[in-house]
Amino acid sequence: MEGLETEIAEWRDFIARALEGQEVEELEGHLRDQIADLTKAGLTDDEAFLVAVRRIGGVDDLSREFAREHSGRLWRQLVVSDDEESPKSRWPVTLAFAMAAAITIQVARLAAGFPAEESSWLTRNLSLLVLPFLAGYFAWRRRLAPLHWLFALAPFVVAAAVVNLYPFVAGGSTELLVAAHLPVAVWFVVAYPYMGGAPGSHERRMDYVRFTGEWLIYYVLIALGGGVLLGLTTLILEPAGVDSELIVEWALPSGAAGAVVVAAWLVEAKQRVVENMAPALTMVFSPLFAVMLVGSAVVYAVTGLGGAFDRELLGVFDLMMVVVLGLVLYGVCARDPSKPPGWTDRIQLVAMAGALVLDLMVLGVMIARISELGFTPNRTAALGLNLVLLVALSGTALLTARFLKRDSTIHRLERWQTGYLPVFAVWAAVVVVVLPPLFGFV
Amino acid sequence: MLTWYRRCVIVQIDKDLVAASATPLVLAILAEGDSYGYAILRRVRRLSAGEIEWTDGMLYPLLHRLHRLGYVATEWRASPEGRRRRYYTITEEGRRALTRRRSQWATVTRALDDVWGRFVVLPFAGA
Repeated sequence: MEGLETEIAEWRDFIARALEGQEVEELEGHLRDQIADLTKAGLTDDEAFLVAVRRIGGVDDLSREFAREHSGRLWRQLVVSDDEESPKSRWPVTLAFAMAAAITIQVARLAAGFPAEESSWLTRNLSLLVLPFLAGYFAWRRRLAPLHWLFALAPFVVAAAVVNLYPFVAGGSTELLVAAHLPVAVWFVVAYPYMGGAPGSHERRMDYVRFTGEWLIYYVLIALGGGVLLGLTTLILEPAGVDSELIVEWALPSGAAGAVVVAAWLVEAKQRVVENMAPALTMVFSPLFAVMLVGSAVVYAVTGLGGAFDRELLGVFDLMMVVVLGLVLYGVCARDPSKPPGWTDRIQLVAMAGALVLDLMVLGVMIARISELGFTPNRTAALGLNLVLLVALSGTALLTARFLKRDSTIHRLERWQTGYLPVFAVWAAVVVVVLPPLFGFV
Repeated sequence: MLTWYRRCVIVQIDKDLVAASATPLVLAILAEGDSYGYAILRRVRRLSAGEIEWTDGMLYPLLHRLHRLGYVATEWRASPEGRRRRYYTITEEGRRALTRRRSQWATVTRALDDVWGRFVVLPFAGA
């Protein structure tokens, strides 16, 4: 009997490498039931153990099957099946992509006349100088066929043509709007190579959302580390008479561009780290955001929005709404789908309710202003963004509420969210492509 | 002879067919009452007289998928031996899915029966 227990313990440790705690417990229960039945039928402990283990199947197959089911752990499937190439052998190519992005940004800057002039051309094209390398990196990682490489990179060419052939009035608001919306549209373009050239499925989209959140975390961490490094460098070299501003001016853009690729590499190479950290961060910040949103909703409901309302505040409001939505979206995709509704879901609902109230107030003010003064590029873009956000927030809030009442499943909420994602991409693309000619490029 | 024939059939049941029938089979078993993984497998074996062979472990990813889709609810209960055991209960959504699958399968088998009814002799039929 003792021998059997040791054998079971060893087997449990072995499968625990690839599976989660509850799955291991469930499988162990299964193994023990099977062994009990087999020994009752006359087999010895050893024989029964061997047969039972054999029947449960190989750990590789099992973990792959589980990984497919919990698509969030898709990386494990990659890890399991990617035998011929270890993560270590990937970093030189990754580094090459990062370096290419870093060098491109410097070349473009010099071509734009840096440091003699501040170029709006550079601001407008910034995302097109960096993100193609991220797309290329994923196209290489996912081993896309040549035709899919073409599909992955063609949107960048189209975007570059649009952004550079439009006769923008220098310093006009449409140009600024394009600079703000193009990165969003282009980020969705990167989704294509990320998904391995097979777009569309709900699980893949969810993976991309998760990737975006985790990439952001890594990027912020790298930025913090980079800031410390730059600060120390200037402190050390200043006494030697080196112009510290020069160092920052040249190192910062390259670092920021290269970090885009490096962060993406880290998300996949060090998945476990961020996988544990991200839900914790969501858990910490969701309540804080909920308090902040409800607080501001109350404040503005009392004081009214009209007086304090200007263009900057509008931008802040929109940014906040995007952050809340991102937090909720990320919170949903990072949560364990098998868990029943809990307090985090309730807090997120509160945060969404606060954001909804604020969004409605903003919309009211904006519509009043538009009916009084007419459409401008800025007002149109802001109105559209707020409407897109309003639908996203109310839909998510409604489904969360139904999920809390156990009227609906988390799965339906996930599906609704991933189904709505293209709307953001389309709106960003509309602002980039349609809005400027509509308003005469002013 | 019979065992040989049976082994032959086991090998012949197409993987895709086993996969396609797994969901309705599990849902139907759960519609009879709450159950846990090992008992579900035992029931499948008995129902098919051992002809539908699953790799035991594969049942669990399937059960988790059904759970995510909202077709089943789960709960840890204590087994008579004092261990924890994960029980699965079919939900209303699951029952609806089962009804849907059932009518789909009925259509398929009816169509197959119609076609095959014209050929009287099946290979191995006399074994």
